[in-house]
Amino acid sequence: MKILVCVKQVPDTSGKIAVNPDGTLNRASMQTITNPDDMNAVEAALKLKDETGCPVYAVTMGPPPAESMLRELMAMGCDGSYLISGREFGGSDTYATSQILAAGLDTIGIEEDDIIFCGRQAIDGDTAQVGPQIAEKLHLPQVTYAAEIHKDGNSVTVKRMLEDGYMTIKVKTPCLVTCIKELNTPRYMTVTGIFDTYSKPMTVLDYEALKDNPLIDKSTIGLSGSPTNILTSFTPPQKGAGMMLEGNDMKTCEQLAGFLSEKHYI
Amino acid sequence: MRNIVTLANPGFDSSKLEEFKNIWVFCEQREGRMMPTTYELVSEGRKLADQLGVKLCGLLLGDNVSGMAKDLGAYGADEVILCEHPMLSVYTTDAYAKVICDAVSELKPEVLLIGATNIGRDLGPRCAARLHTGLCADCTHLDIDMTEYKDFLKGASTLAPERIDGLGTAKVLGQNHDISSDLKMTRPAFGGNLMASIICPRFRPAMATVRPGVMKKASYDEAKAAAVKVTPYAARLSEADMSTEVLEVVKAAKKLVDLVGADYIVSVGRGISSDVEGGIKLAEELADVLGGVVGGSRVAIDSGWLTADHQVGQTGKTVHPKVYVALGISGSIQHQAGMKESECIVAVNKSESAPIFDIADYGICGDLFKVTPMLIEAVKAAKAAK
Amino acid sequence: MDFNLSREHQMLRKMMASFTENEVKPIAAETDRTCTYPKENIDKLFDLGVMGICVPKEYGGAGADPLASAICIEELSKQCASTGDIVATHNGLCCDPILANGTAAQKAKYLPMLTTGRKVGAFCLTEPNAGSDASKGQTEARLEGDHYVLNGSKVFITNGYVAEIFVVFAMTDKTKGTRGISAFIVESSFPGFSVGKHEQKMGLHGSPTAEIVFQDCIVPKENLLGVEGKGFKIAMQTLDGGRIGIAAQALGIAEGATEEAKAYVKTREQFGRPISKFQNTQFVLADMELASEAGRLLTYQAATRKAEGKSYTKEAAMAKLWCSEHAMKTTTKALQMFGGYGYTQDYPMERMMRDAKITEIYEGTSEIQRVVISNNIGL
Repeated sequence: MKILVCVKQVPDTSGKIAVNPDGTLNRASMQTITNPDDMNAVEAALKLKDETGCPVYAVTMGPPPAESMLRELMAMGCDGSYLISGREFGGSDTYATSQILAAGLDTIGIEEDDIIFCGRQAIDGDTAQVGPQIAEKLHLPQVTYAAEIHKDGNSVTVKRMLEDGYMTIKVKTPCLVTCIKELNTPRYMTVTGIFDTYSKPMTVLDYEALKDNPLIDKSTIGLSGSPTNILTSFTPPQKGAGMMLEGNDMKTCEQLAGFLSEKHYI
Repeated sequence: MRNIVTLANPGFDSSKLEEFKNIWVFCEQREGRMMPTTYELVSEGRKLADQLGVKLCGLLLGDNVSGMAKDLGAYGADEVILCEHPMLSVYTTDAYAKVICDAVSELKPEVLLIGATNIGRDLGPRCAARLHTGLCADCTHLDIDMTEYKDFLKGASTLAPERIDGLGTAKVLGQNHDISSDLKMTRPAFGGNLMASIICPRFRPAMATVRPGVMKKASYDEAKAAAVKVTPYAARLSEADMSTEVLEVVKAAKKLVDLVGADYIVSVGRGISSDVEGGIKLAEELADVLGGVVGGSRVAIDSGWLTADHQVGQTGKTVHPKVYVALGISGSIQHQAGMKESECIVAVNKSESAPIFDIADYGICGDLFKVTPMLIEAVKAAKAAK
Repeated sequence: MDFNLSREHQMLRKMMASFTENEVKPIAAETDRTCTYPKENIDKLFDLGVMGICVPKEYGGAGADPLASAICIEELSKQCASTGDIVATHNGLCCDPILANGTAAQKAKYLPMLTTGRKVGAFCLTEPNAGSDASKGQTEARLEGDHYVLNGSKVFITNGYVAEIFVVFAMTDKTKGTRGISAFIVESSFPGFSVGKHEQKMGLHGSPTAEIVFQDCIVPKENLLGVEGKGFKIAMQTLDGGRIGIAAQALGIAEGATEEAKAYVKTREQFGRPISKFQNTQFVLADMELASEAGRLLTYQAATRKAEGKSYTKEAAMAKLWCSEHAMKTTTKALQMFGGYGYTQDYPMERMMRDAKITEIYEGTSEIQRVVISNNIGL
C-alpha cells in the first residue's frame, strides 16, 4: 500500500494580487505556496502513514522551481516525490493537465491497495476539476469533498460534505479522494525532516519518461490537447471609492444611519 | 484496474460539431427537492437557447421524480429528458456520470450546463473527461450572442472599448476561429481579481458549471409548465457500474442560515477575536435591527466561532444583499469575492489601511465593540423616524 | 565566504516563522499577562525537534547545528521572548553540557529524556552571593560512598519549576575556589531536591524562574558530569555556547519590535500623513535595521564557529553584548514610535521592552561580556 498525493504550487493570493497591464497574472512578483487544500491532502496521507506505516509520495506537475515545494512536503514526512515537468506539457487546461498527471501516476504505478489524495481545488484557478478527471482517466472511483477519512482493509469510508449536510461513502481501493480544509490541520515540517529532505528521492518525469504511456499523445496534452481556450482575460473595474466617515462616535453612526435611510436601504 | 466505462453510443465523437444541437441543463434534485440553482440555470439556458434558436432541455435524473418536470417547464424548459431508476435515487458519481454520458452520447446536445454545487462539481469534470470535451468551472456569466457579450465586457471589464468591439475570432490551433456561435463562459480566477472568458471551440457539448446564486431566476409561467414535453430516457445501470456505496445521507441538523437570499448581512471577522461571544452578539443585534442574518469571514469559520454555513467569500457563499456590514473584517480578496456585489457595503475596522475600505461605500475607522452599539441605536432611531 | 543560509536553514526559518505566527503570536500577550508557562507550545516544539535540536539522532534529537538552534530561538523571540528563553536554556545550557561532557552512559540515559522524553532541562550556577563571581558558590557536594550529598541553593534558575533535569554546579572542595567546582546531572525526583521561591520578574513572564534548593540531596556518583574540580570549565564553556542562544533571543526581540514599529508607522497618521513619511521615523528605523543586520552576522558567525569546532568565546560574547544592548535600545525606540499606545498593554511594545532588559543581565551581564572580550584581544 502506498499513497500518492497530487499537489500544486500556486501564487500566494493572501496578499495583494499583481496583474500585468494585459490582464494576465504577474506571477513573478508573487510568492508561491503549496495550494492550501493540497496541504490538507498531504496531512490526510501522512495521518494514514502514521497509522499504517505506508509510504507517501507527493506528485506535482509544474516548472523545475516546484522542487522547493516538494522538498518542503518531504520535510513534513513524505517519503519521496515526483516532479512532472516538461515544455511539452505547457499550456494545458484542466483536461490536459489531468491527462498528464494520470499518465504520471500510471507510470509510477497504482496497485490494489493504493490511494490517491488531491486537494479539492487550487486557489489560482478554483476549478476543482483535476481530481475527478484524473480519476476518470485512470478508471478509479472518486470521492470529492472529504471531511473525514477512515481506512479499513481494502476499503475507505469517507464523510463527503454537501452544502446542506453530508454523505458517508464507502469505496474500495484503489481510489481517488479530494480533500477539504475541514478534514484536518496540516502539520509543520520537522527539524529532522528538513535536514533529511534533500537526501530523499525526487524523480523528474519529463516528456521522454511519459511519452510511451497510452494517455500521452500530442492531441491530449499541452495547448493542442486542451479542449478549452481562453478567449480573453481581463480585470474588473474598480468599484468607485466609497466614503470614509469622520470619527467613530455616536455622531458618525447617526450620519451613517442617515445615509442608509436617505438611500432607502433602511 | 476496473473495466473502462463505455458510452451507450460507442461511435460518439465529440469533435463532430455539426452533429450536436440543443442546450441541456442538468436538473439537480436531492431527495425529491429541486436545488434552487437548477431554476436559475433553466432561466439562463432559455435565453441562450433563444439566441441559438434551439430547444432547451432539462436533464432530470432520480427515482420517482417525474412530478418535478412541470416546474422546469415553468422556468423555460421546452422538454425534460427524464431518467428514472432506483439506482438514481441518491446521487453517486458512478451512476449519474454513466447515465448522463450515455444520454449525451446518444442525443448530442451542444451545450450542457450544471450547477456548481458540491455535486455538480463532482459530476461535471468526470463527465467532461469521459466525453472528451471542455468544461469551464464555476462560471458567473454566459453568453452566445456577440452583441450581448460585448455589452457585458464593456460594463464588467477594464478592456478598451476598441478591443472589445474588435472581438470576433480566436486563434485555435493556429487557425482563426469564428466565435459568434460559441458559448462564451466567463469565470473569476484569483478570487475575482482576474476574469477570463473561456470557449470550447473544437468539441461538444461545451460544458459549464455555474455558480449558484449568480443567474437570475425567471418568473414562474403556469402556461409553460403545462406545455412542457417529457421524454423518458431509459437508464442502463447495473451493480457492476457501481464502485462506491452510500452508507448514509445526513442533513445538517441545525437550520442553516440563508445567506444567499438575505437582504441584510452583518459579518464578523478577526476583529472580534478579543471577545468572540460579545462580537457575535453585537452582530446579531445589528442584524436583528436591520432584519437580516449574521455571516462571517473565513477566519471566523476556521476559528470555530461560526459554523461553515455562515461563511461569505471565495470558499463560502457569494452574496448580494442590499446592505452588507463588515465588522472587524480586513477584506481579503477571497472575502471580497463573495460580497463585493452587495448593493451597499458598510465597514467598521480598527485599521485605516484595511482593504475592505477600498470597496466599502461607507467606512468607519474604529473599534467595532464601541461603534456597533452606537450604530444599532442610530439605525433604530432612523427607522423609528420613518 | 558565503553569507547565504543553506537551503535547509532557510527552510527551517520558514517553518519556525510559520509556527511562531500561528502558535506563538496568538498567545504571547496572554502568556505575559497571566505569567503562564506555555506548556502546549513547548510540547509541540519537542515534537518538531526544536527542543534538543543539536542532540544527535541516536539520542532522539535532530542532529542539527548551533546555527539551526539560533534560528529557532530568533524566530520564536520575535513574538515571545519567553518561549525563546525556554528553548535557549534547554538547548544551550542543559543538552549542550551533557552532550559535550557526558559519559556514554549519561548521554544514553539523559539525552533521550531531553528530546523524545519531553523533559525540560535547566542549568544551576547562580547563587544568592555568587553571580558573576562563581568562585564564591556555597552549594556543596560531599561524596559519601556511591553518591554525593548536595546542600545549598541556586537562584534565578530559568525553567526552574518545570524542568526535570538540571545541570548543577557545586563545590566538591571549597578550599580550591573555582577549581573546587564540580558539575552534576540532577533529576528533580532525587531525594532532597526541591523548588523554592518562584520569581516575580519585570519581564519574561512566560519563562518559569525559580529558586532550587538542595537539602541533603542524594545524587548518584555516576551523575558527576566530567571530572571532579573541572566544573568551572564546563560552566564557562557552556555559557560561551549559551550566549549564542541569548544573542539570538535578543536579536529576535529587536527584529520583532522593528517589524511591529514598521507596520504601525505606516498606518498612524499625524499632521496629515503617515508618520513613516517623517525622516526622523525613517532614520530611527534605518538604524534599527542596521543594528539587527550586524547582530545577525555576529550571532551566525559565532554559531558557525562553534559548529566548525573553532574557538568562539570572543565571538559569542560580542554577539550577546551587541544584540542585547541593541534589543534594549530598539524596543525603547520602537515603543516611542507608538507614542502613548506603546505604553499600554494593547500593543506588544511594553512587553518587548520589559523582555529585552534581561538579555543585558543573564548568562553574563554586559559588563562581563566586555571582560570576556577584553581577555581575548591580547591585552
